[in-house]
Amino acid sequence: MTVTLDPPRQSRPTDAVTNQGASYLVATGQVAARTLKKFIRSPALLIAGTAQGLLFLLIFRYVFGGAVGHTGDLSYVDFLVPGFVVTGVLFQGMSAASGVADDKEGGLFDRLRSLPIRLLSIVSGRVSADTALVAWGVVVMTVAGFAVGFRVTGTTADAVAALGLTILYGFAFVWLFIALGLMAGSPQAAQGLSFLVFPLSFVSSAYVPVSTMPGWMQAFANNQPMTQMVNTVRLLTGGTPAQALLGHPVSYYLVPSLLWTAGLVVVFAPIAVWKLKSS
Amino acid sequence: MHALIEADGLSKKFGKVQALSGLTLTLPSGEPVAILGPNGAGKTTFIRMVATLIAPDRGTLVVNGRDVVRESMAVRRMIGLAGQSAAVEEMMTGRENLVMVARLYGQGRAEAVASATRILEQMHLVEAADRQAKTYSGGMRRRLDLGASLVGSPRLLLLDEPTTGLDPVSRNEVWDAVHAMSAHGTDIVLTTQYLDEADHLAATIVIIDGGRVIAQGTPSELKSRVGADMVELHTIDVPTMQRAAEVLASLGMAEPSTDPSTRRCSLAAPGGSKLLPIIVRALDEGEVPVEDIALRRPTLDEVFLALTGHTTTDPTAPKEDAA
Repeated sequence: MTVTLDPPRQSRPTDAVTNQGASYLVATGQVAARTLKKFIRSPALLIAGTAQGLLFLLIFRYVFGGAVGHTGDLSYVDFLVPGFVVTGVLFQGMSAASGVADDKEGGLFDRLRSLPIRLLSIVSGRVSADTALVAWGVVVMTVAGFAVGFRVTGTTADAVAALGLTILYGFAFVWLFIALGLMAGSPQAAQGLSFLVFPLSFVSSAYVPVSTMPGWMQAFANNQPMTQMVNTVRLLTGGTPAQALLGHPVSYYLVPSLLWTAGLVVVFAPIAVWKLKSS
Repeated sequence: MHALIEADGLSKKFGKVQALSGLTLTLPSGEPVAILGPNGAGKTTFIRMVATLIAPDRGTLVVNGRDVVRESMAVRRMIGLAGQSAAVEEMMTGRENLVMVARLYGQGRAEAVASATRILEQMHLVEAADRQAKTYSGGMRRRLDLGASLVGSPRLLLLDEPTTGLDPVSRNEVWDAVHAMSAHGTDIVLTTQYLDEADHLAATIVIIDGGRVIAQGTPSELKSRVGADMVELHTIDVPTMQRAAEVLASLGMAEPSTDPSTRRCSLAAPGGSKLLPIIVRALDEGEVPVEDIALRRPTLDEVFLALTGHTTTDPTAPKEDAA
């Protein structure tokens, strides 16, 4: 093989800075676009996460649902679907951890870190794409929820707000998963992080009322972040029966949810950047 | 005019492994440099330090007048890195990969597309340009990765073991590409564990072992440092080789070494060109037929053995240099 090149340039100023580097926004956009292309061109990634979620929905709606009581005047499907969609962001967002571990192992981050761009743009590009994937999962599962009988009792504006808050929560948890993925060291280790997802999703108000759990478990279930957002969404979509069941106004759950959102980003964004820098 | 790279007392420890221990060197601009050493010698650690990916525990490293720790962004503006694993996005096409890296170097959309097209032509990837990189062969992938490191027209190109794991044809393609870049005026620093690769690609070879510099010089300087020329002959079978060795030993110059697997017999022969006729005559009188006989300079393998006391690499050894 012969390699042809342009004729040599006449002079190469030794100290000329030829590459200014992309701005923060352009770099974030490029990293996000690359990751989104990878998702869209790997249908298995898109389908696997949602297929598992749909299976869970069917099992809880039709297999266990009939035996779950203590939901007051709120029908079980109206109780379940908010919990199912909100905890779904964990199952969908989890793939971000192994995704970044893959990127790190494959050498992509070495290439990106050797370029004149800010480290944060690498992480935030990845976060943007993974949040888009979570949003896709939230929409699919919401549609599935309507298909199995879920109905909104409150206003449309409240329902849209509930959808937006769910995606925002997904965004916050993606930072957590990306930081954990970078800390994990290998894609296999990152996949092992699913141990974290099961207690958070099941020991919450998502599938059954917390009041039916043993006392010590209630303490965890009532105060962990999933329950806060599940109940927020439940109140925004369930109308009077939901208010009667939960006994608190929306703000009671919304404020902690937003604090969790801010806390996750504030804590895990620097950790992700620091891990990326020292990887 | 300052040196391209000045390293002074670089040390780096990963856990209990001392990757670099006081590495000091000065590399000139304008000629390709090979960092040669066995697995675990510290080659990758050094190149990653130059690329600002890891910081030294101790010592300083200056690239074209810029400190890699304090002025890392300035260093990144000057370099292109092709790491050990071809860092291409498999799900994107070759063209998309190059446009992305060009955009990240700060080029505008149209400029990035033009740069990508230019690199695809240089790397002979035009026909595969719009196929996903996962369909590429190992050599094509490596060329795409090289291309990505070039798309910003860097002043200094860093190549970490650019041909490891490639078949001979792909390796030659990468070698040609490196030669062309060098002729184009790009400074190149590459690491390799292959002596023939360093000999073939570089004007300056730095041999490192145990995290420090063992020797530095041109290939012929390093070879002459070991001294003697070698006379080497091949025979048709092992018994003939043994008879040849007996004849060479009887000359009383030095102890010949034999390699039954290649039926090769070699003898250190200082001032070899005068000795060669004597050796040929002795073989003729002893009626030992030889397939071929030649005078050669010592290989870099022999240089390495002489300088470090052990041979270069066991290619099956686990990689310890990746950190």
